[in-house]
Amino acid sequence: MTISNASNSELSQAQEPARHQEGKIKYILIGIALLYLALVLLIPAVNVFVQAFQGGVGAFLQALQTPDFIHAAQLTLIIAAIVVPVNTIFGLCAAWAIARHQFPGRALAISIIDLPFSISPVVAGLMIVLLYGRNGWLGPILEAANFRVIFALPGMIIATAFVTLPFVAREVIPVLEEVGTDQEEAARTLGAKDWEIFWRVTLPNIRWGLLYGVILTNARAMGEFGAVAVVSGNIARRTQTLPLFVEESYKQYHTQSAFAAAVILGCLAVVTLVLKEIVERKTRIKDVE
Amino acid sequence: MAVSSSPEIRVRRPNVWQQLNQVSWAWRITVVYLSIMLLIPTAAMLLRASTDGPVRFWQVATSPIALSAYEVTFVTAFIASAINGVFGTLLAWVLVRYDFPFKRIVDAIVDLPFALPTAVAGLTLATVYSDNGWIGSLLAPLGIKIAFTRLGVGVAMTFISLPFVVRTVQPVLQEMEKDVEESAWSLGASQFQTFWRVILPPLMPAILTGVALGFSRAVGEYGSTVLVAANMPFQDLIAPVLVFQRLEQYDYSGATAIGTVMLAISLGILLGINLLQAWGRRYDYK
Repeated sequence: MTISNASNSELSQAQEPARHQEGKIKYILIGIALLYLALVLLIPAVNVFVQAFQGGVGAFLQALQTPDFIHAAQLTLIIAAIVVPVNTIFGLCAAWAIARHQFPGRALAISIIDLPFSISPVVAGLMIVLLYGRNGWLGPILEAANFRVIFALPGMIIATAFVTLPFVAREVIPVLEEVGTDQEEAARTLGAKDWEIFWRVTLPNIRWGLLYGVILTNARAMGEFGAVAVVSGNIARRTQTLPLFVEESYKQYHTQSAFAAAVILGCLAVVTLVLKEIVERKTRIKDVE
Repeated sequence: MAVSSSPEIRVRRPNVWQQLNQVSWAWRITVVYLSIMLLIPTAAMLLRASTDGPVRFWQVATSPIALSAYEVTFVTAFIASAINGVFGTLLAWVLVRYDFPFKRIVDAIVDLPFALPTAVAGLTLATVYSDNGWIGSLLAPLGIKIAFTRLGVGVAMTFISLPFVVRTVQPVLQEMEKDVEESAWSLGASQFQTFWRVILPPLMPAILTGVALGFSRAVGEYGSTVLVAANMPFQDLIAPVLVFQRLEQYDYSGATAIGTVMLAISLGILLGINLLQAWGRRYDYK
């Protein structure tokens, strides 16, 4: 709409040199694009930091020292520390299995791996509750073994693993396909074992794609809200992660705590974006070579 | 990529069994993990949905409150992703074709919704767009309330679906040859004609794919929308929140029925995205 309107108004001046017109349209378009980005993204992002430090640095630091916050931060780190390696290993296996083989239903396999992206996190959490909950398939068995999954850490780990499952595989598959098999086959003819081939040939080739996938997995694992909220029960100091802490504090009108925790999670986002930028630059340099 | 390959020499013989055996551990991990994480939970939900019988399922899935939640979710998500279809294309265009200060930073910021936890997005959008927030306070005198209304849900959905169109359109624009446009110009086409007839058609599959991806994300979104909405039934209650509320009331049948409808719709969208991407590829090798 905007683009066509801007061009439409210029129609009457079609006789003018194209370059002059382009210059004017250029600034209008840049202006609209930046205004849109500011309204939707930038102003809200800056707001997080301003709100958190409104009461001064002291109030901010104090909010970070409450036992509820510390426990939530620890839990978030524990979940990420378990989910990220597990999904990295799975992602590598799945990527290798899919990128290195032609088989019927290959497109379907990729779609299945992508599935967690299109399933609502709340529905993902619901599935886990229906499977491991008290009335679920595995509920009675787990209860007999005295092992709690729902409203406990294992359920939160499963929920986080579910929503972050595709990232590594979907970043690594295209890189593996592009690199091709020549180097691996050469290594094999030279007598390298599977593990050696993977470690010395495949891994160096895919390292940036892999790193990208791991960064995204980590960001989502630490930031996941919906799926974890469903399975955790959101009990302070027991099953409350940082995103849940943000929501809970906000609902209880503890705005300072909510924004302090939000800043910590916001920093995670900034670090993620910076790392992503570095990875992209590295791959671009490789492209030029 | 300087790859000196000799296609005649093939180390691997076309023995299927041997091929499978070579990487069987990778296959086994993939299949077992996918089954445990994805297929069994999905099956659990579908079977749970079928135990109540089709009549009961239909009753719960199409109850007035559920229908209004679908309406709020899908219509708002559609509008949000369509808005991003327009502005995302514009952003991609500006980022690919023009140079301006801080362009690299702007380019990086586009990915913020991927990196920022949704609870933080919801919290800050609710604050910025509330009646005394930075942007909300400017709109309040005009009688426009955003936070805790359906408009707020729309803003949150716009936020989280913003990167999809930009990131699908950007590479296509980058590969597009500028001389096609220039020849259109030299043949006397106006800028509008050039845009409408030369630039837009090859971009369309990418734009639609981005819109569909954003729509899919917006429909399932929970974290940002739950914080920015008042979650009032028949007003701004979205389907994921309804599932959550049903679960909190231990109404497993209700949660399952609505969850199954949402799953079916997500699968439909996924299929649509795959078809759109296949359609986009027809421009690849010409």
